[in-house]
Amino acid sequence: MGVTTAGMTMAPAAKSRSRGMLMGIGAFVLLAAMQAWAISISVADRDMGHLQKIMYVHVPAAWNMMIAYFVVAIASLRYLWKGQENDDLLAASAAEAGALMTGLLLLLGMIWAKPTWGIWWTWDARLTSSAVLFFIYVGYLILRAFVDDPDRRAQWSAAVGLLGALNVPIVYMSVRWWRTLHQPQSSPRTLDPNYTMGLRVNAIAVMLILIWFIKHRYDTAKMERSADQLHERLALSGRGGINA
Amino acid sequence: MTWKDEWRRVWAIVWKDLTTERRSKAGLNAVAFMGILVLLLFGFALGPDTEALRNAAAGALWLAILFAGVLAFNRSYQLELDGGALESLLLYPGARWAIYAGKLIANLVFVLIVEAVVVPVAMVLYQVSLPPGWPALIGVTVLGTIGFVTLGTFYSAMSSRSRAREVLLPLLLFPMLIPVLLAAVESSASLLGGDPMSEAGAWVRLLGAFDIIFLVASLLAFEYVIEV
Repeated sequence: MGVTTAGMTMAPAAKSRSRGMLMGIGAFVLLAAMQAWAISISVADRDMGHLQKIMYVHVPAAWNMMIAYFVVAIASLRYLWKGQENDDLLAASAAEAGALMTGLLLLLGMIWAKPTWGIWWTWDARLTSSAVLFFIYVGYLILRAFVDDPDRRAQWSAAVGLLGALNVPIVYMSVRWWRTLHQPQSSPRTLDPNYTMGLRVNAIAVMLILIWFIKHRYDTAKMERSADQLHERLALSGRGGINA
Repeated sequence: MTWKDEWRRVWAIVWKDLTTERRSKAGLNAVAFMGILVLLLFGFALGPDTEALRNAAAGALWLAILFAGVLAFNRSYQLELDGGALESLLLYPGARWAIYAGKLIANLVFVLIVEAVVVPVAMVLYQVSLPPGWPALIGVTVLGTIGFVTLGTFYSAMSSRSRAREVLLPLLLFPMLIPVLLAAVESSASLLGGDPMSEAGAWVRLLGAFDIIFLVASLLAFEYVIEV
């Protein structure tokens, strides 16, 4: 019984997998092309020279981190409201991709800070609040790793995801009051038109990668869950588990 | 179920938790000593320079409160779990938020008592004298403690029932508490210095906003956390 159900879902899963692969490759190729394009059209910055090129990954990572955390908050809220497992898996996938983006943001920021400010790290508002966000969402992922029961994990992490999202503006504001040194963040309005287009297309390329990461993790999580359920069904049917 | 009934439940839980604590006193002693120990460790780490210690006093005190207080929260649920009492507590009629509110108030009283011991010790160790604006300082301490205990009680409802509970609670709690830590330390430090720039007010408002937002959010979300 369980085996036939698995057999029937196999074909669309494989198709979705190959589509996902195609999307992933497309996103990476686009990012590489857009990076090359943006780097070739932008002139060296007056103060930073070619270091400015880090912006084409650093700033898109920051924007996409916020998108990922927004998805976590919405999916968590929807899970508490409707109780569907898919929302929980989506929140978890987005949190993972968001934490990755935050890690990338911090790492690139440090690489950028060393030659421009002369230091790897400074207790500036934007750096510090990004680091705090990183820890809030890593905490979320650690909680998921430490809880085995799927219902409990889903309920708890939805609550933690929501409280974390509520805290984002408060963290940001408190850290900004505490200290400010970072240049106003780069956005199309504060940038020389020379760099605007490069930044925009790269933000879109990074967003496609983010979507692909989330989708990939989501598909994996769904497969893991259906494997668990199949295992359970087989065990309950008395055929002695997955090998029967 | 009227509000009055729910409040009677809240007070019953407060009374039960505080009585358990009063009869054993083990938790209170351990947590207060942990706080003093952290103060001593900071003293050793920072060196004996009086001026440096005085400047770091507000920060060291708040870290001592956080490191010591975090030990108390898991205990509050652990006592229930050991006796298998949490299930019975959930079986009683009444709203879930009443359980949270009861635990919250009991933890708040507990941490405030610990602070009543740790704060004077910090003032002696770090040679800080009482500023003229000391009632405001008490207000800041209470507001900061409410924020700390609100999230601590909420997260420990999860961490105490998970694997690796000792590790999980600080990992979840401390990053969330950074606004409280900043606001409490900055406003205490400026009040200790006589608040020359009158900047304490903004921090106090931030503390108040944090407390209200997370109190409401935790009361609403607790139901989802305790049921599973």
